[in-house]
Amino acid sequence: MAEPLVAGQSLRVAYRRQRGLFAPSAEPAPVLKGVDIVIDRGETVGIVGESGSGKSTLGRTLLGLVTPLSGVVRFDGHIVTGQSEIELRPLRRRMQMIFQDPMSSLNPRHTIGRILAGPALLHGMVANSGEASVLVADVMARVGLPKALMDRYPHELSGGQRQRVGIARAVILKPDFVVADEIVSGLDVSTQAQVLRLLQDLGREMGLALAFISHDLSVIRSICRRVYVMREGIVEEEGECSALFAAPKTAYTRALIDAIPLPVRDPNWLRRGGASEEVLA
Amino acid sequence: MNPYILRVQNLTVTTGRRAHKVLRDVSFDLSPGEVHGLVGESGAGKSTIIKVVLGILPRAMKMASGHVEFEGRDLLRLPSAQLRALLGTEIALIPQDPLTALNPGRRIDAQLTDGLRLQRGLSWHDAEAKALALLDEVHIRDPKRVMRCYPHELSGGMRQRVLIAAAFALDPKLVVADEPTTALDVTVQKQILRLIRGMQERHKTAVIFVTHDLGVVAQICDTTTVLYMGKVMEQGPTDRLLSSPGHPYTTALIAANPRYDQPEMGLEPIPGAIIDALRAEIAAADQAEPRHG
Repeated sequence: MAEPLVAGQSLRVAYRRQRGLFAPSAEPAPVLKGVDIVIDRGETVGIVGESGSGKSTLGRTLLGLVTPLSGVVRFDGHIVTGQSEIELRPLRRRMQMIFQDPMSSLNPRHTIGRILAGPALLHGMVANSGEASVLVADVMARVGLPKALMDRYPHELSGGQRQRVGIARAVILKPDFVVADEIVSGLDVSTQAQVLRLLQDLGREMGLALAFISHDLSVIRSICRRVYVMREGIVEEEGECSALFAAPKTAYTRALIDAIPLPVRDPNWLRRGGASEEVLA
Repeated sequence: MNPYILRVQNLTVTTGRRAHKVLRDVSFDLSPGEVHGLVGESGAGKSTIIKVVLGILPRAMKMASGHVEFEGRDLLRLPSAQLRALLGTEIALIPQDPLTALNPGRRIDAQLTDGLRLQRGLSWHDAEAKALALLDEVHIRDPKRVMRCYPHELSGGMRQRVLIAAAFALDPKLVVADEPTTALDVTVQKQILRLIRGMQERHKTAVIFVTHDLGVVAQICDTTTVLYMGKVMEQGPTDRLLSSPGHPYTTALIAANPRYDQPEMGLEPIPGAIIDALRAEIAAADQAEPRHG
């Protein structure tokens, strides 16, 4: 079998706790407690869990943005973990991230054109700003952003448009792997559907491997083939979406699925599963 | 005898010098003990409606027309002292963000007993006993400990429970819930929804439930109003509205939701043709009407 594009092995991560006035030497808080994950080329994988489950940390660790205490991340055969920034530079173009909140991840003082051209110039995708603006126009058209927005600033855009800029900035470098961290959580359902459809199409066209981090199992079911269910820093359950949703193996996954309210009246939904949730509390 | 606890009639609200409409002729009625959902995308006017009901419409917005009747009393013409007396006692709010709604510098016991002592005239001792009972009712396991906590010491779900206890403390007739579960994990959301529904049934309280989530509407609201750009698209019993929607916008909004039970369906963006037609219809109606104010 071919080697997966991305592989994380026994990943452990702990964050140093903030030093309080009366607690000068707190133990680091464990966030990932030994996580294994593999993502194939062109595969869309969901990472789901509640807040504090470590799903965002896992995404950042896969990109080498967080250094694990132990364990190793491999990307296309290269070891990512513990490499210097210079050694990582050639890999950086190939692995990108789309952030949850485009407002805080887009420089408010740069125009959309400059935000998108920056990484392309930095990674030598284009030789000069003339070429860059051609590429930027291409990518903007592909993600459905009107050309006129090139000279606008992030605050002048709608939430959906800003998230398209976030997607455009990631795909302009023609990466192999993209981590999308809760990218639709602040959007209206219709905008959410548009952004997810776009991501799905781009993934297919470009053969992207996609780690789709979300708290929303319904969204994950719609666009991912496989899913990792995270709980308190460990992988609680992993598998093909079709099998996992039909017959979850753990009570935790069952409770997560049962907690999703569907837009269909179900008079028993509120009452159902009261006891199993107590396990979670 | 008035069968409705709240009647909102022909509410039109404008903003700015050009009297841009935020609400367009919105009406709905609420019976005692009924849970009514206000649902729509951002900009639909959901929160403007509850601001009118709570009498906290910002100065930049103007009521161009409409009536709000609470138990037969005209809320909009009530002297402000009387309106203030109603708020918190007969009309209570469960806010979206429990952290900003709680005073960070006061312990939960002080915040929960204020209303009981000042509005109901209970002694400190009685108010404390009632507050403990309320915390127990919202399934807080160690009410004595939580009473002595400051808000930052509690999780998001716990804070929201405290605020639900506070909202129901004075046995209001109407509770306005403003996206109370948006910031919570799904499992906690379900507990909070179950809790609101349970409290509402026990206390026979009417609830206005504001949300952007049709799934939440489906599970907790008896009746629902769907809004778009400040205009009522459709209203009626939630069950009927979701199973056989009468307006293309409602149909499209339902289809935009992802469905884990039917992954092939759902996640359909609202068609541009529907949005264009709606915008044109709304613009034409705005033009035809004489300008308010």
